[in-house]
Amino acid sequence: MAQLTVSDLTLGYEGKGLVEGLNFTIESGDYLCIVGENGSGKTTLMKTLLHLQEPLSGEIRFGDDLRANEIGYLPQQTVVQKDFPASVREIVLSGCQGRSGLRPFYRRREKALAEENMKKMGVMDLAGRCYRELSGGQQQRVLLARALCATRKVLLLDEPVSGLDPKVTAEMYRLIGELHREGVTIIMISHDITAAIRYATHILHIGKKIFYGTTDAYLQSDVGHMFLLEHEEEVEA
Amino acid sequence: MIDKLVMYLQFPLVRYALIVGVLIALCSSLLGVILVLKRFSYIGDGLSHVAFGAMAVASVMHLMNQMILILPVTIICAILLLRTGQNTKIKGDAAIAMISVGALALGYLLMNLFSTSSNVSGDVCSTLFGSTSILTLTIREVWLCVILSIVVVILFVLFYNKIFAVTFDENFARAVGTKAERYNLLLAVVTAVIIVLAMNLVGSLLISALVIFPALSSMRIFHSFRSVTITSAVLSVLCATSGIVISILVGTPVGSTIVAVDAACFLICSLAGCFAGGVHK
Ligand SMILES: Nc1ncnc2c1ncn2[C@@H]1O[C@H](COP(=O)(O)OP(=O)(O)OP(=O)(O)O)[C@@H](O)[C@H]1O
Ligand SMILES: [Mg+2]
Repeated sequence: MAQLTVSDLTLGYEGKGLVEGLNFTIESGDYLCIVGENGSGKTTLMKTLLHLQEPLSGEIRFGDDLRANEIGYLPQQTVVQKDFPASVREIVLSGCQGRSGLRPFYRRREKALAEENMKKMGVMDLAGRCYRELSGGQQQRVLLARALCATRKVLLLDEPVSGLDPKVTAEMYRLIGELHREGVTIIMISHDITAAIRYATHILHIGKKIFYGTTDAYLQSDVGHMFLLEHEEEVEA
Repeated sequence: MIDKLVMYLQFPLVRYALIVGVLIALCSSLLGVILVLKRFSYIGDGLSHVAFGAMAVASVMHLMNQMILILPVTIICAILLLRTGQNTKIKGDAAIAMISVGALALGYLLMNLFSTSSNVSGDVCSTLFGSTSILTLTIREVWLCVILSIVVVILFVLFYNKIFAVTFDENFARAVGTKAERYNLLLAVVTAVIIVLAMNLVGSLLISALVIFPALSSMRIFHSFRSVTITSAVLSVLCATSGIVISILVGTPVGSTIVAVDAACFLICSLAGCFAGGVHK
């Protein structure tokens, strides 16, 4: 049974459709990249998958082994106010609340989990630092550590490398790739089509034309050709 | 000085005032940290004006127990204002300003038109700037305040981690299965109750001070949520205590004295923050 099944999904705001007729399934261990132009509805799709907003129609079904609160999420931009006082440790630990249910305090096991994920993401030495004083790349890694506290199964990443320099970007992809190899399902929105082709096992292209399939199939498809061509022109220009 | 204070402390009424003042300061500072971070600094002001308006209506209707009207009305307004949380199109400030000014005007109008009291502006003034009624509390009111404060503190401690998560990143919290709406609702109700209680202490014009000053002061110095929350509570209690003591000794109005002490504390913390920041960098 697939981990996530989306059938006939229509996305949009206030009754106006944005993307229609989405169908795809995600198996455990997939690495799916969602690509498409700005404003094509990628973030909207992700928010709908997370039940942050209702789909206009259609259905999202989770597999037997996945409960709705076992998903980790890295938002596109966390609009954290400039003056929010929060230490890195507090933020990473807050990823554990999905598993703590109504229990008011975190257990030792959860604290250990937060610690482990901070180590994994290389932010352990920042644990006591104030989040807002970190660089963009450090902040992304903190948020990734928080997402990892929420799940070991599925990670939804909304443009995890936007605004990062090439070196930090490569490091970020390496971390995500490592998680994928450990068996975490990755669903990632990316503008970086070259990286998407390189790392992903499946591609979902949304826009005027919708494509879903393996990366190889995408490279053979018309949609894929067009998008890659446009991208190359952009790079040349 | 000390003698005079000790003498005053013999009066139960003075002791009641201290107890109630400290408890309200504690509760409002705990809420204040969240409200400031949620960009709802002004909600204290808005809600207290709503409470003022409701009180005017209640006195026009000659209700014996005005709380029956004031509390529900204020709670409903708080829910309407806070319910929407992070995902609103129109941010809360315009809505708060509208409700606040509207209720204030309506309340004053009603009091002027229908009041039986000969000293309308005196009545209005005392509800706006805090009445002396903090010094005329009955033992029943003190107990009510004690119980409510305990409830607020327990709720805050129990839901501390959830509150942090929902305030820091509501979308993430909801994505991992936290019922953010519930916590926003709880916050709204508790805020309304505390504000109605605090109106007696500092009056509806100065109430924002109790909510925002301690939070802002501690945010100058500390950078983690836990330390900010704790410091804010401690500062608020200290400021309220010294404010009440000063006002008793010197004979100044209670509400404005507390706020003045809070403001002074903010200045000191800002300076300390600048200094520490300069040392760090
Ligand atoms: N809250 C909202 N209410 C109404 N329309 C919205 C809302 N949020 C986004 N939209 C619209 O929905 C469309 C898709 O937005 P979305 O954020 O999903 O795009 P995206 O594919 O993630 O773009 P980007 O690559 O820039 O992140 C846009 O045209 C946007 O204007
Ligand atoms: Mg987006």
